[in-house]
Amino acid sequence: MRKHTIGALALAATAALTFSACSSGSVGNEAGSSDTANTADGGGKTIRIGIKYDQPGLGFQDGANFTGFDVDVARYVAGKLGYTEDQIQFVESPSAQRESMLQTGQVDMIFATYSITDARKEVVDFAGPYFVAGQDLLVSADNTDITGPESLEGKNLCSVTGSTSAQKIKDQYPGVNLLERPGYAECATALAAGQVDAVTTDDIILAGLAATDANKGKLKVVGAPFSTERYGVGIPQGSDQCEAINTAIGEMIEDGTWEQLIEKNTEGTGYTPNDAENPPAQDACS
Amino acid sequence: MSEFLDLLRQYDVAHAFWVNLQLTFWGGLLALGIGTVLAVMRISPLTSLRWAGATYVNLVRNTPLTVIMVFLVLAVWTQLGVTLSGDFTSNFFNFAVAGLGVYHAAFVCESIRSGVNTVPVGQAEAARAIGLPFLAAARIIVLPQAFRGAVAPLGNTLIALLKNSTVAAAASVAESSGTMKTLIEFHPDYRWQVFVTFAIGFVVLVIPIGLATTWLSRRLAVTR
Repeated sequence: MRKHTIGALALAATAALTFSACSSGSVGNEAGSSDTANTADGGGKTIRIGIKYDQPGLGFQDGANFTGFDVDVARYVAGKLGYTEDQIQFVESPSAQRESMLQTGQVDMIFATYSITDARKEVVDFAGPYFVAGQDLLVSADNTDITGPESLEGKNLCSVTGSTSAQKIKDQYPGVNLLERPGYAECATALAAGQVDAVTTDDIILAGLAATDANKGKLKVVGAPFSTERYGVGIPQGSDQCEAINTAIGEMIEDGTWEQLIEKNTEGTGYTPNDAENPPAQDACS
Repeated sequence: MSEFLDLLRQYDVAHAFWVNLQLTFWGGLLALGIGTVLAVMRISPLTSLRWAGATYVNLVRNTPLTVIMVFLVLAVWTQLGVTLSGDFTSNFFNFAVAGLGVYHAAFVCESIRSGVNTVPVGQAEAARAIGLPFLAAARIIVLPQAFRGAVAPLGNTLIALLKNSTVAAAASVAESSGTMKTLIEFHPDYRWQVFVTFAIGFVVLVIPIGLATTWLSRRLAVTR
């Protein structure tokens, strides 16, 4: 009887392993086949664009509407690629799923505060960047003693579990009390209640949080960015869309739309993007 | 491959799992305490106690654990300002233990009650006959036999608790699911390996618990 149990357990474990091995293999194949499918209907049909649903000012689901800078840039670029407004289908792409969604062809491109990094380039391609953000701090409007990450020693800080910003604080500022929440809105709540002194992530995300109706006038972005996050457009590896997207972004910056969109989405917060880096020049396509 | 192992070391994956084990241990202890009290309430002769126990179980068992965790951190800590420790990090660890304990107490209670059902009515009647009041009868006669019959369901609850300890990420505890998220954020090129590593990690932790409780439940079962 006991042998039987152990045998069954071993069988279950092997089955689990085989299953995970299979799925990783088949995902790779799917990515290949869906690539060709995408290019085939490039001129017609719909385009699926991955965005965040929970970041006010960048990618936000407001009832049936989507608002934010990422969404507006996505609409502009899709427009330049020949898609009309109702051919765009927005899909939620949470941070941890962005690579998988591109590889399995669930989305055609991603505009979701997606920083261009070498590790990510191993699995997906990037067009852009269309914006350069920097990690910054969000504090209550009457706070004067927090001026940058150095002034955070012993203070309570909030960021999102598993985010680049959270890791940077852990690595470089170990004297800071870091609260990790699943989303930035919860961080903003903790900040408004006074339990944390600051919220940290990319400046434009913070500006978007500060610009929401609930926080308007109560929170401010410190304005001393201490990292460089180059937001790119995620596309499947080997995609032929990169050049076209870069051209569209270039035009958007040139005709003044870029600046208008930044202003529109951070209105009332006094936020200005880091001048030294913005508007960015696009990288060459690989 | 060695690069990947370096990554696991760099992000201290072993420590992340250790945090899960600690959460499971303290959460399990708390759940066992509350659950035993609840079980006694549910088998007590007092209607009001039975009602209170049943209400707790039905309320807590049917509330998602994530909701309990978020409630503890967002409502109890953020809004009411209650802290469970002076130290920032251990405060959240304690909140997570409280959340896990309160939630799993409902399941522990039901496991023990199922154990009570294995005790023949004659045992309780005999205890009454020799003049033992309810609490003494429960403590000396019924519960010791009930626990021995409840080892298997309690083991299941413990396994669920270990897996649910990943929800502590919602209470700002740096444990394995949060570490997995960080690893995927920084190294999407390794995301399948990362996922499989964490899955295997949990299998490795859960299987011994299952084997041990099965063995214990056979060994401890009251032969009738």
